[in-house]
Amino acid sequence: MAVKVPIHLTVNGSEMDVELAANMTLLDFLRDRLRLTGTKECCDLGECGACTVLVDGRSVNSCLALAVEADTSAITTIEGLARDGRLNVLQDAFLAAGAVQCGFCIPGHVMAAQHLLTKNPHPTMAEIREGLSGNLCRCGGYVQICEAVRAASAPR
Amino acid sequence: MQPFAYARPATLSEAISLLAEHGSGASLLAGGTDLVVALRNRTLTPKVVIDLKRVAELRPGIRGDGGAITINATTVLADVGEDQRVQARFPALVDAAATVGSIQIRNRATLTGNICHASPAADTAPPLLVYGAVVNVAGARGTRRVNLEEFFIGPGTTSLQSGELVTSIELPAAEERLGAAFARITRRRGVDLATVSVCCLVAASGRTTFAYGAAAPRPFIVRDESGVLADPATGDAAKDEVLKQLLTRASPISDVRGSRDYRAAMLLVLSRRLLHTSIERLRAA
Repeated sequence: MAVKVPIHLTVNGSEMDVELAANMTLLDFLRDRLRLTGTKECCDLGECGACTVLVDGRSVNSCLALAVEADTSAITTIEGLARDGRLNVLQDAFLAAGAVQCGFCIPGHVMAAQHLLTKNPHPTMAEIREGLSGNLCRCGGYVQICEAVRAASAPR
Repeated sequence: MQPFAYARPATLSEAISLLAEHGSGASLLAGGTDLVVALRNRTLTPKVVIDLKRVAELRPGIRGDGGAITINATTVLADVGEDQRVQARFPALVDAAATVGSIQIRNRATLTGNICHASPAADTAPPLLVYGAVVNVAGARGTRRVNLEEFFIGPGTTSLQSGELVTSIELPAAEERLGAAFARITRRRGVDLATVSVCCLVAASGRTTFAYGAAAPRPFIVRDESGVLADPATGDAAKDEVLKQLLTRASPISDVRGSRDYRAAMLLVLSRRLLHTSIERLRAA
């Protein structure tokens, strides 16, 4: 039961072995150790959703998880969505809809929407709002954000 | 966050030994959505955090034999809400589980943690109470079963003794047709704690049960055995008399979410509405 704990995990497709202090959150590990600063730190209470990442495909507040809990897990952050330098469909939809104002909440919103669309590829507007209800936007740009998710989910 | 050691036991006996060894210096970790906030605020400063997610006996899972259902300790609320057996047999629990925090919280937080945190406002407490949930407890001296009604002692306090932990929550099979409904009042739609919460259950025999959250130092249950509330012939005024009598056990506080008077008024309003919904659901059952 050393204070430093060895863990093995996958972040955005890269496997890694690291030793971490048990009192480091997953959020701090991603931002401070891996320099993946797309995931934002905001309320640190699980109320705003800015720190949302996927842990084994499920949306999670990374500020409420200890990094050592992620042992053997696969983490996806906002940096992990693009493929070969191209944004994914959802990211493109956010740009096309003008859903980004100050931008601070957007990585969290995109990750929450990514989880929603994986579970429910064609959500209704009510389901989109419910799916994003764990994320706050202080600019108040919810209409465009929901529209972006609807556009990304439209049959094509 | 202050430094602490991290233990990840693989078996229940290992977890119980660790808990016995460290006593009040240990904190149990399942979903972490309450614990990590407390660690950061330093309201808790454990020497060791015991992560229960790898304990074989506690691994996520819902078992349903006959009409009863057992929900293992590390089962997250999202999985409770999506389980078809829970949806079919305990719909008010599904309604309540869907109101906890946000999707991100429900992907992480466990049903057992919601109960063990023992908040007077715990959303899942009222439905678990009306469905007669039983808490399975394990410790160095063996296992025991505790009715949820006797599990809550006060804010943040349960009847768990030092060295004990909850292994699962059981929901007994219904002995008759039931109609149940849950509702709560919050200041905003998502990521808020209940100002008040109410669950109502009406059985085919006429037995009516209410459980209330954020209405007293602990969630509590009250029963109308007279059948008056479930009787379609009872007028609204007579029903109100019974509801007010049942609500004499409520002792709500005034805080940032609402005043004592507001809470008391809403407890009655939600009780009326949920009684109506429960009777409708019983008819449809």
